[in-house]
Amino acid sequence: MLQYVLKRLLLMIPTILGAAFIIFFILRVVPGDVCELKLGGDGGHYDPVQVEICQKNLGIDRPVYEQFGKFVVGIFTFDYGNSMDTGKPVTHEIGLRFQLSLQIAIMATLVTIIIAIPLGTISAVYQNSWIDYIVRTVSIAGIALPSFWLGILLLLFLLNFSDWMWGIRWSPPLIYKPIWEDPYHNVSQLIWPAVATGYRYSAVATRMTRSSMLEVLREDYVRTARAKGLLEKLIINRHALKNALLPVVTVIGIEFAFLMGGLVVTEQVFNLNGLGQLLVHSVTGKDYTMTQAIVMIIVLVFVFTNFMVDILYAWLDPRIRYS
Amino acid sequence: MVTVSENLADAKNAELQDDLRDRPGLWKQITSFARKQPLGFAGLIVVLVFICLAVFAPWLSPFDPEASSYEHMLAPPGTTSDAGTFYLGTDDFGRDVLTRIIYGARTALFVGFTCAIVGATVGLVLGVGSAFFGGKIDLIFQRIMDIFMAFPLIIMALSIVAIFGSSIQNVIIAITIPFIPRCARVVRSSALAIREIPYIDAARANGFSNSRIIMRHMVPNVMAPFLIMLTAFVGQAILLEASLSFLGLGVQEPVPAWGLMLKNAQEYIRSEPWIAIWPGIAITLGVFGFNLFGDALRDALDPRLRSNQ
Repeated sequence: MLQYVLKRLLLMIPTILGAAFIIFFILRVVPGDVCELKLGGDGGHYDPVQVEICQKNLGIDRPVYEQFGKFVVGIFTFDYGNSMDTGKPVTHEIGLRFQLSLQIAIMATLVTIIIAIPLGTISAVYQNSWIDYIVRTVSIAGIALPSFWLGILLLLFLLNFSDWMWGIRWSPPLIYKPIWEDPYHNVSQLIWPAVATGYRYSAVATRMTRSSMLEVLREDYVRTARAKGLLEKLIINRHALKNALLPVVTVIGIEFAFLMGGLVVTEQVFNLNGLGQLLVHSVTGKDYTMTQAIVMIIVLVFVFTNFMVDILYAWLDPRIRYS
Repeated sequence: MVTVSENLADAKNAELQDDLRDRPGLWKQITSFARKQPLGFAGLIVVLVFICLAVFAPWLSPFDPEASSYEHMLAPPGTTSDAGTFYLGTDDFGRDVLTRIIYGARTALFVGFTCAIVGATVGLVLGVGSAFFGGKIDLIFQRIMDIFMAFPLIIMALSIVAIFGSSIQNVIIAITIPFIPRCARVVRSSALAIREIPYIDAARANGFSNSRIIMRHMVPNVMAPFLIMLTAFVGQAILLEASLSFLGLGVQEPVPAWGLMLKNAQEYIRSEPWIAIWPGIAITLGVFGFNLFGDALRDALDPRLRSNQ
């Protein structure tokens, strides 16, 4: 097992370095450097002296390989330099938003689990019945439904429902408070984006649960359990579901990694100052240091989650680490 | 005098015509698909409706998609004017929402099809090539694919748009690039199995060039995963384009695009909710249609999945 973990850990390094290489050089493909772009604005006129000062401040007057080396070292030491926009350390700016995005991602994953596992199981148990057809249609619709539109619909529903119920048009609070400071405020703000993204991701997990359950329900040991006269409820809960959940765990793990990136648009709808909003802001404001740092952090979360899922899978299913 | 070879040719022709007669007609094939895959057939209908909307947009839409009318700003659905009825209302520029949705189908399908076809085709060639050559080429290629796959789709697309600027061409590039490794990986795994089949060795023994073996012998045999990826990509590309436009980084005004319509609608969600509802329905229905059709196609083309459905 240790050998497998080490092998997977070593394989992560070239992926991270390659991703760093791509994002670093892709941002430098544009003719002219970031200082010229920032100081020149749309007209393209700029003061050469100012540009020189800016280049020196950002360290982009140094040779490219030196800059890349510094960037790579920064990835592993969590030092991404200063934001070109605010001048503050990038890690400070990101740290503020990271906990908000992480909390939504965790809550959305919980929503996914609550929806996907029961629905997928019911759909498999009643295969080709009307329940199965409804679940399958709802899950395909979930994949088609843009989470940002679902977010807009949720907001509309909240406004109209509260107006009809209590005569006031209620919408989620806009200012973020950490969960340990004001749990009610925090949850009433973040549950809606979590539902909007969680529903979409549950669609994939529901389909996975269904097909995995169908496979397991055809296994010999399930037939044996039935032949022993066990209750169908017991067979499904104790025998089938436990084994069917293995691939589902993988899918949910990978979805969690996607969530960190996928939240970009939903945050915009709910006006949340998360990592996604910061990325859009830095992209439109041409804040390259911030953009490359956020992209790298999302890649790191993605690669690390994949690594954890692989390890978990190998731990649960010994055939994998020997193949 | 009739020669032996002419006789043989005639016999072959008759055989071919018999074959053609035995093959079910187009109508029969369609009804059989509808019976076997009702959900997939429904998806196909939705897709065809959207294609018709996109192609015949100038004849179907009641107004000019870019013509503003300050007298009819934010008019509710059903408002009538001298020029006609705004069945789905108007937006903040007084433009007819129905017209912009019909024209929006053009943008969505143009982006969807272009990205899917280019992305899947490049992925197909790279995937088959990687599997065919194997060894170090395959290893290096796989590591490069790993790196590209480490970027979530939207993040990759966002970064590319950030560099090249937002325009419809750049949106297409931004969506196409992340599709390539995803298709290449799926196609490669199918191609690896095909490489081991003796007819590839036979083709090599005949002295065929590598490109001929790849294009004529391997590519036609990985069409099933390729087509499945292609239909899935159309839906994903429509969603991605809408997301980028919603963020203000995709298609720019005054081009009619569903995501862009939703972006503008956000401001009026409290007072004029209809502007936010219709474009969302259009996106969902379009992607839903492609997904249903793609699912049915996967079931029909991949025999391993039939038993699971």
